[in-house]
Amino acid sequence: MTSAQGTVGNERAGWTTLSFWQRIMRDYPLIPLLILLGVLLLILQTQRPGIINQIWLANTLKAAIPLAILAACQTLTMLTGGIDLSVAAVATMAGFVMTTQTPLVGPVTATVYALLAAMLVGTVTGVGVGVLRVHPLIMTLGMGLVVLGFMTVYQREVLASGSAVPDEFAWLGSGLTEGLPNSLLLIIPLAALVIYGLRRFGYGRLLYAVGDNETAARLSGVRVWQVLIVLYVISALLAAVAGFMYAGLIRTVSLDTVNPFLLPSVAAAVIGGTSIFGGRGGYAGTLVGALILTVLTTLLIVLNLPEASRQILFGAIVLGVAAAYSRITSTE
Amino acid sequence: MTAPAMAAPSGGNDLARTVIRLARRNSWVIGLWILLGLLLIFTKSILPNFGATGINNLTLAALPFALATAGQAIAVLTGGIDLSIGSIMAVTGVIAAKLMDSAGDEFAVLVIAVALGAGLLMGAINGALIWFTRVPDIIVTLAMLFVWAGTALLILDRPGGEIADWVRSLIRGTVAIEWVPRALLFLIVAIAIIWIPLKRSQLGLSIYAVGSDRRAAIRSGVNVRRTKILAYALTGLFAALAGLVVAMNTGQGDPVPGQYLLATVAAVVLGGVSLAGGTGGLIGPIVAVFILRLVRADLTFLGIDNSFATVIEGAMLVGVVMLGAVVARRQGQS
Repeated sequence: MTSAQGTVGNERAGWTTLSFWQRIMRDYPLIPLLILLGVLLLILQTQRPGIINQIWLANTLKAAIPLAILAACQTLTMLTGGIDLSVAAVATMAGFVMTTQTPLVGPVTATVYALLAAMLVGTVTGVGVGVLRVHPLIMTLGMGLVVLGFMTVYQREVLASGSAVPDEFAWLGSGLTEGLPNSLLLIIPLAALVIYGLRRFGYGRLLYAVGDNETAARLSGVRVWQVLIVLYVISALLAAVAGFMYAGLIRTVSLDTVNPFLLPSVAAAVIGGTSIFGGRGGYAGTLVGALILTVLTTLLIVLNLPEASRQILFGAIVLGVAAAYSRITSTE
Repeated sequence: MTAPAMAAPSGGNDLARTVIRLARRNSWVIGLWILLGLLLIFTKSILPNFGATGINNLTLAALPFALATAGQAIAVLTGGIDLSIGSIMAVTGVIAAKLMDSAGDEFAVLVIAVALGAGLLMGAINGALIWFTRVPDIIVTLAMLFVWAGTALLILDRPGGEIADWVRSLIRGTVAIEWVPRALLFLIVAIAIIWIPLKRSQLGLSIYAVGSDRRAAIRSGVNVRRTKILAYALTGLFAALAGLVVAMNTGQGDPVPGQYLLATVAAVVLGGVSLAGGTGGLIGPIVAVFILRLVRADLTFLGIDNSFATVIEGAMLVGVVMLGAVVARRQGQS
């Protein structure tokens, strides 16, 4: 997003004195986010006393976890200044291939097929962005169209053989153990890996370097194109995992299961403090962002607002949080 | 050689040079026109009775996409993007349908003015928020996508209302001879009235200036805030026209936004407008809309699965952009 760098140039300029809140927002972005989450929970509890119990918590987590995985794709790609608009298509594809191949070849092979398909899509996207220098927005948009088109054709081919969600994924996606969702077993190691990896692995640092200043990274000997290809393959694989989780959660897969979550996945990363211009952000904020969006959705339903006002409030709050970030962290 | 000797042949040379310069500057758009021509010939060859009716149907189907794409192109020219375009279309569609239903046919002109004004206002709000919040365009319009979609639902919670018959006839049928669809005339008039005078105005210049180098624009005294707000207002106006056309086509307003966003971005990029802003125009994207619609129609005529049209649309989008990038790099090296 070279064009837009001018608009945020001032954000990075600042070694000037920051106020207390600016420093908190910049150094510990999780704190204000957690406060916001707490406020939302408080409103929820006062509006409908007793709603926050273990069942509600489990359901909220179950809904938030696949969104958080999709938002991981956005976080990683946004760190390099990109965006991945093909995640919904790839997640749908993975879920769909997995469930429709399961009756034919068994769950394990079906899962492998789905992951291979996702890797293929990710590689093509990565080559487009990294080697042929196509704008990520366009490349992922185009790949999303291609994938969804192929899926519609494929759907007709496999209509006769039916589909089945393997028990393992149903267990992982929607099962509970001791009142806690089993999907925590997936998200906790995954989140730990992403957060730790972004901070400590060489590859994680490369993502920040490429996003912060691609030219500088290249001049320091980083093979940017390799970083980008690997990035989009990782993103596609994560999207595939999210697709499996949605399949396990909703128990059926149709071609528009995941689509409504595409824009919220971008919103979760943005709310979590990852800059769309690259180089700034992390996954911990995104996790809280996904939780905030999920709680917000329940809150708006509990408040008994009509669909219309719910959408308006949703948009307004996403914009409000994003604006708060950019106002407070900018040093003009 | 002396000066007078030079002067004699230079009249012809100047003309030739101007033509070459214009051709080089507009090579992408000329290529698109040629592609469209080839596609029309191809369509005629696979469907011998493709004629005036075919053209008419094609134009009618392309019209809302063309208007929405024109709006998107303006946003992209400033270096931004408007993800809320489909929602703005929905709002204007339901406003027009609801007001026309309750006010009666004689107020139709007023209703159209109100709907277009609403589009301008929504666009201006988008632009003002982008300036005020200092959040990137893509994020602001992403959030406003939800806000405007909710607004549409607030006005009309299910498809309904009615569009006056005489308004609907504005885009139906043909003018004078059967080869000129009214929809095409509608499109040309809309572009001619709104965009052509603007492009030559100070605002038009500012839009290109802000898009190509924001910082340079600021330092040359361009009012970026005013430019952004007005550019997004224009995007809203074109989106309003597109929403109006959808309502005119179906005869009622639908509060659920259609799938216009991806199609408009695809057409804008195919039409030679750089996502970085500052280069391109409105003609290229509109020709690209017709190309994409025609490809879709041809695949149906050929009996090929309609969903392959989506595959081909995506592949064309990616392929053409890659080609453009490679060509640009060659030119940059030479």
